[in-house]
Amino acid sequence: MTEKMAIVLFSGTVDKILAAGIITSGAIAMDMDVDIFLSFWGLAAFHKDMAGKDMRMSKDFEDMAPMFLKAMQKKNIPSWYDTLKKAKGMGNVKIHACSMTMDVMEWKKGDFVDLVDDVIGVGSFIGMASDAKMTLFI
Amino acid sequence: MQESELREIKALKVVDARGTSCPGPLLETKKAMTAVPVGGVLETLSSDEGSRQDIPAWAKKVGQEFLGFVTESGYDRLFVKRVK
Repeated sequence: MTEKMAIVLFSGTVDKILAAGIITSGAIAMDMDVDIFLSFWGLAAFHKDMAGKDMRMSKDFEDMAPMFLKAMQKKNIPSWYDTLKKAKGMGNVKIHACSMTMDVMEWKKGDFVDLVDDVIGVGSFIGMASDAKMTLFI
Repeated sequence: MQESELREIKALKVVDARGTSCPGPLLETKKAMTAVPVGGVLETLSSDEGSRQDIPAWAKKVGQEFLGFVTESGYDRLFVKRVK
């Protein structure tokens, strides 16, 4: 059976989403399936009004953000969107939106970028995580 | 394998992943391997130092044989043999 990784993506800053994307790509390269559960700010970042436009970074390293973004551009590091898009094209990556966050914010599935596969509750995610070899909270 | 032996290898496919960051070279290697017949060698060019550990770890996981790498100016040539 294929090994699985489960990720809770709670954070919505580009540095953390990119890290989730790179770890996902690595898992795909290593022949694992990946389930990503987007909740709170992690889900907000996948909203069409935010994705690709909102470039905010972790508050604790805010002073280094302009330097970091510039360095990433110079090195042609793909965006988190492109990183996840490519990972989805190469392997079994499913991205799930948290129904509770959607309820609070009054969002519909159509409000999110095309990377989002479906809407699930935390119970379903726990089911996925219990089958996974490792689970990360980012 | 000795460096001299590695330099003798004629790879059936060469994938140039230079300039891409981790995990780019690993993903390119995985993708390119499907086009290599059993018994053939895939050569990956990578400027990401992590590839020296990542590509053998991947080969071990998927049951292919990592032959080694040689270093050129600013990049490595990494060799994986398709054994299954």
